[in-house]
Amino acid sequence: MRARMAAAWGSTLGRHLLLALAGLLVVIVVVESVSDYRNTQLAAMAYLGIAAGGLTVLTGLNGQLSLGHGALMAIGAYTAALMLSDRDSSMPLSVVIVTAVLATLAVGTAVGLAAARLHGPYLAGATLALAVAVPGIALYFKETLGGEQGLRVVMPEIPGWVLELAFFVTGQDLSRSRFTSYVGWLTLIVVFLLLANLSAGRVGRRWRAVRDDEVAAELAGINLGRARVSAFMVSAAAAGAAGAILAFTVKLAAPSAFTLTLSLTLLAAIVLGGLGTLSGALIGATLLTFLPSVVTDLGRTAGLSDIQAAELAPLVYGVVMVAVILLAPMGIVGSFRQARARRRMKKLSTSAKGTAA
Amino acid sequence: MQQFFNTALTGLTLGMVYAAFALALVLIWRSTRVVNFAQAPMAMVTTFIALVIIDAGYSYWLGFVAALLAGLALGAVLERLIIRPVEGKSEINAVILTLGLFIVLHALAAVFFGNRYRSFPAPFGLKGIEVGGTTIALNGFGIFTIVSVLVVMGLLVALFRFTDIGLKMRAAAFNQEVARLLGVRVGHMLTLGWALAALVGSLAGILIAGGSLVHPSYMDSVVVFGFVAAVLGGLDSPLGAVLGGLILGVSLSFVSGYVGSQLVPLAALVILMLVLTLRPGGLFAQAPERRV
Repeated sequence: MRARMAAAWGSTLGRHLLLALAGLLVVIVVVESVSDYRNTQLAAMAYLGIAAGGLTVLTGLNGQLSLGHGALMAIGAYTAALMLSDRDSSMPLSVVIVTAVLATLAVGTAVGLAAARLHGPYLAGATLALAVAVPGIALYFKETLGGEQGLRVVMPEIPGWVLELAFFVTGQDLSRSRFTSYVGWLTLIVVFLLLANLSAGRVGRRWRAVRDDEVAAELAGINLGRARVSAFMVSAAAAGAAGAILAFTVKLAAPSAFTLTLSLTLLAAIVLGGLGTLSGALIGATLLTFLPSVVTDLGRTAGLSDIQAAELAPLVYGVVMVAVILLAPMGIVGSFRQARARRRMKKLSTSAKGTAA
Repeated sequence: MQQFFNTALTGLTLGMVYAAFALALVLIWRSTRVVNFAQAPMAMVTTFIALVIIDAGYSYWLGFVAALLAGLALGAVLERLIIRPVEGKSEINAVILTLGLFIVLHALAAVFFGNRYRSFPAPFGLKGIEVGGTTIALNGFGIFTIVSVLVVMGLLVALFRFTDIGLKMRAAAFNQEVARLLGVRVGHMLTLGWALAALVGSLAGILIAGGSLVHPSYMDSVVVFGFVAAVLGGLDSPLGAVLGGLILGVSLSFVSGYVGSQLVPLAALVILMLVLTLRPGGLFAQAPERRV
């Protein structure tokens, strides 16, 4: 058993599968032990994590900056909302998520094809335009997309086998918010498993090569455009899944949820966590979910009004974002790794001196 | 016919403001190779400063001048403290920095000035002028908008063409190393460039606000329009930025008047994509040479 575990740990896929399994266990324990309110927060953390994971692949691994991922999430959310518009729909959520992913993928491919030709500020500007433009579409097509009010999402009944399975494993009845939380986290685990394998493999090496040195990558026979478009597509697909989970969680797809601020805070999340690592994306999503209530409470006790206190969280993101870029451009995870590597080097050099003496 | 004419006039007035905003982006891009996405919230903050002064009972003009001076100071301070460390380094870091500033300024404005819509006064009438019995879509404030943008542009041209400082600024933007060897204090010139750009941006902010509502995010779409206008002109050319602003203003005015105002940002996105795909060097480039 032990040998087999060690062998599985040795291969990338095996390691990722084991991590996913461990993650699943943690998710079950956490979801079962916290309140329904916390589970709604956990579901929010899941969709932010999925979107941040996708953005990490694009920005961290491929060096493309997107300010339009909030808009891509909107496409996923509206697709989900259109499919879950009435009580009688017995559409399985997995089908809804996959459809949302495919719809977002289609839009992402179109944007990615244009974006592949763009660099740095140009790409940022184009995706910024996307972020500002998309909410207007929902307002224009009022009849189908619900205008300012948006579309209500009616969650289907929890399937009987899920209820039975949940009772069998945990010994208690599955509440609706727990169910949503499970759906979100299962999706997150699947998405992260796929992203981790992609980025560890040949595709990921190509993305990194294009990010680090275009000319060298081109000389090595990598098609720059194809690498960029594929990174954008993968990242857009993740944003679509995130949008669907968002629709399940807040039971609404409305333009006010997909403002420019959402896209910018996603970027803040991956910068805080550390550009280029999926664990960084998850740390960033955790901060995005739990920091606002902490900071808002602090602000209230300091005597600010509710509205003022609510603005403290973005203030903190922004300040930290600026500080991270100026002081620790590798983010939390990157700086931690760097410190560990430096310590290891020190240890190596001292032990080398010891043997020499 | 009359609607067509009025839509075009509205577009030209709006286009002047986009032109000013695009000009601010171009000024910064030329000197520091940074696209300042924080331009919109910077202008928003200075407009709120003007509003506070006007609401306190002082004249519109005091608020107007205060906003421009606040822009000048804000631009200089931000360049010195925040942007200087990443100038000439990875462009993605500079972009992320300006976006961080975007979030910070937004949040600060909401904390200090509140998150509700407030109306901003206009110094001139908002009623259309009558020409031969029909009212045209050009009012006193519109004329003031066009004139003040033209004046500021004229002053900038004079500064760059005819003064010693302008020459030094152009040298610093053109080639930092050579300029430094020739005794130009490049750092000071870059700070000055940011300050002037922020002043022009503030002008655009206060002109857009005049006679309508302000809110911490009232300028957010304008940064997109300014960027599109600047890219239409090629991002490197001040004249291109002005022409780009006018073209964009008129086009968006027609979209707003004949299709629907909700689709204006989408139209801007489509125009941007078309330009970047077909003529990445901008509409007025001789040969498509720039790599985007």
